[in-house]
Amino acid sequence: MLFYVIAEGVIAFLLVAGGIFAFTGSLGMLQFKDFFMRLHGPTKGTTLGIGCMLIASMLYFTVTQREFHVQELLITLFLFITAPVTGHMLAKTGLHMHLRFTTGTRGSVPELRDEDVGQSRVARPAKARHPWRPGRQQRKPRLPR
Amino acid sequence: MSRLLPTPTLSLVLLVVWLLMVRSLEPGQLVLGAFLAVTIPLLTRRFWDPLPRVRHPLKLVRFVLVVLYDIVKANVQVSLLILSPRREPHPGFLEYPLEVKEPLVITLLANTITMTPGTVSTNVRLDRSSLLIHVLDMEDEEALVREIRERYERPLKEIFEC
Repeated sequence: MLFYVIAEGVIAFLLVAGGIFAFTGSLGMLQFKDFFMRLHGPTKGTTLGIGCMLIASMLYFTVTQREFHVQELLITLFLFITAPVTGHMLAKTGLHMHLRFTTGTRGSVPELRDEDVGQSRVARPAKARHPWRPGRQQRKPRLPR
Repeated sequence: MSRLLPTPTLSLVLLVVWLLMVRSLEPGQLVLGAFLAVTIPLLTRRFWDPLPRVRHPLKLVRFVLVVLYDIVKANVQVSLLILSPRREPHPGFLEYPLEVKEPLVITLLANTITMTPGTVSTNVRLDRSSLLIHVLDMEDEEALVREIRERYERPLKEIFEC
């Protein structure tokens, strides 16, 4: 009986902690001042938040159904692989778009060279067209009145 | 052996992932998982660049534990920073000179940096000479570079011996 009480306490603690971490991670999006700072919230807070909840889920089903539930580990694994990659791609896009930083940002962004941006490797069409909106060339020329 | 299993680690990971997905240890699933673990690397062999092998699995385990501990620490730090609006963080960019050149190891290092205290990796030079990192609260630049080097890059280098 005591075992169940302890398990319940641990699971409840993990759930609450997970909720708090996920919440503060999202709150960071609101509070920080520029794009790059805002990235820190979701790449970290949510990872541990969801991690805590998954551990709680594993414990809960292992204790109540008396068999090992470990498939949540898969979610954790994929999350740990994908979250940093997404963060990296977002940050890189931000750099390429020359997003502004808050005043007081230390250090400098070294100028991105052509080969870092990928212009030397990846050929792009000179005039990219929007997938469904008609381009300017296709619009009918207005008749002069 | 090496012709049938060119990448033993990948095969093992595939087998474990398969068993976790079907949630059973029945012999049939074991056989099917083993079949997949052998055929998928063989079919996709030409897609992979030669990957560095894990030379010291024990050090890898230790590294994973260190990173997990740091993730928890990072979360507490970032949460405190978010929840205390009075303390203004000093963000900054930092160019970290890379010692390793293997793409897989650089990927692992960049991922680790993103998951750990207050740092997000933003850009890798194509010639793999440096990694640009955004730091949420930068106090001492050199100490940070030293910490990343000692805590993450050196162990990764030892694990893969490159």
